[in-house]
Amino acid sequence: MGEDRKTPLHDEHVALGASMTPFGGWLMPLRYTSDLAEHRAVREAAGLFDLSHMGDISVTGPDAAAFLDHALVGYISKVREMGARYSMICAEDGSVLDDLIVYHNAPGEYSVIANASNAELVLAKLQERTAGFDVVLKDIQPGQALIAVQGPRAVEIMLATAGLVEDAEISGGTAFADLKYYACMGMRFEGTPVLVGRTGYTGEDGFEIWVSADKAVALWRAFLAAGEPLGLVPAGLSARDSLRLEAGMPLYGHELDTTTTPFEAGMGRVVRLDKVSDDGTPVDFVGRAALAARKESAPARVLVGLRGEGRRPARADYEVVQRGVGTEVGAVVGRVTSGAPSPTLGYPIAMAYVTPEVSAEGTELAVDVRGRAEPFVVVPMPFYRRPQN
Amino acid sequence: MADFPENLKYTTEHEWLDQSTPAVIGVTDVAAEALGDVVYLELPEVGATIEAGSVVGEIESTKSVSELYSPVSGTVTEVNSEAVDNPEIVNQDPYGKGWLFKVEVTGAGELLSAAQYAEHTGS
Repeated sequence: MGEDRKTPLHDEHVALGASMTPFGGWLMPLRYTSDLAEHRAVREAAGLFDLSHMGDISVTGPDAAAFLDHALVGYISKVREMGARYSMICAEDGSVLDDLIVYHNAPGEYSVIANASNAELVLAKLQERTAGFDVVLKDIQPGQALIAVQGPRAVEIMLATAGLVEDAEISGGTAFADLKYYACMGMRFEGTPVLVGRTGYTGEDGFEIWVSADKAVALWRAFLAAGEPLGLVPAGLSARDSLRLEAGMPLYGHELDTTTTPFEAGMGRVVRLDKVSDDGTPVDFVGRAALAARKESAPARVLVGLRGEGRRPARADYEVVQRGVGTEVGAVVGRVTSGAPSPTLGYPIAMAYVTPEVSAEGTELAVDVRGRAEPFVVVPMPFYRRPQN
Repeated sequence: MADFPENLKYTTEHEWLDQSTPAVIGVTDVAAEALGDVVYLELPEVGATIEAGSVVGEIESTKSVSELYSPVSGTVTEVNSEAVDNPEIVNQDPYGKGWLFKVEVTGAGELLSAAQYAEHTGS
């Protein structure tokens, strides 16, 4: 195994006192001070994240949209200019190779954002699928950084950040004040073009900003300077994980993997069997036949949310069991994929795959927490939804 | 250079104990920091007979679970119920309010001085 890669912001994290951890082939900040404090800051004010480890593949050429319709399960040709879409790349058997965000960030040009641990695989699989399409794929992650500002005060922080300005010539037709959720625009930071997406993985409003590596440190510091008076703190992967769990968002390697199709994960909506090409014929995208069959068949297991009735959290890979007498462990009915004490809600939450018979809301189950049955009940997801104003 | 209280003894598993009778036992700030925010404690029962080096409980943080080892053999005389109710005090004050349990000591495992523990943790 090679040495973990460092992002352009590595020295900033070290200077801020972060605990660094290997993640997806990168050395990333796990936490700066306290997981809970960082989590709460994102819910109440804002957090600043380094996401430079994420894969970024540009797709250009006359067939870019048609190619993505073929290679991914989503209806990418329907994504308007400067729009973004959550999607997945599946194998022929319908299993999930990765979950992705696709940005239509210039006319006919797309960026595919992949999980760090899958970035190489996604690039290779996309490359395999280019036969017959006039497209150019390029790994554009080297040389850039990705910084996220997430939380209810994210808009204020963006507006207060010195050097970050709008420029109608590169904006793509949107003013910052009108930038919608799951859309993106060009801006400038100290003269350099940056791409700003109103996207995130925390359940809060927020922005993700791609910036060239040589400006990454300056932008990071500018965000902190502007944001700290508003409650912004740098936040690590630990807080990111608990935030996405509360928001009911899947994490590849936990809720999604090569043994799972989007349907079991409750993500069937991302599979667009209704895709048609310009001439009106159905798009035969990779995985289509298997996914069409899977959609019609009863799933063997279903992803559910679990709420703990006690204080002990369930963790990934713990078995979900029938409730027995007291702390006695009953028959196995599933497996936890992610679990933690919810900082916002104050009780343990978990996601788990269970058999369909025990997947109904309100079903009383238990989790085998190191030999003792802890009571959990099936609840709807997301566990947390941000207040709408 | 981390500053470990000189009056305490330490284990390689990052527990500390003091020299009083009964002995007070807790985890070091190295452990508290490595764990992250502590959210759940499982401590031995009062009256339980425990053995040095054996697992006597669990410390669960937002991200992970660690086993709690006893540095000594003896009988548990008291557990810190305030820490059970408010586990964050283990992070805030690991050598003070965040103590975990007290033991009437009958025997000890291998214990380190503050300087030896500092060497062990490389700090």
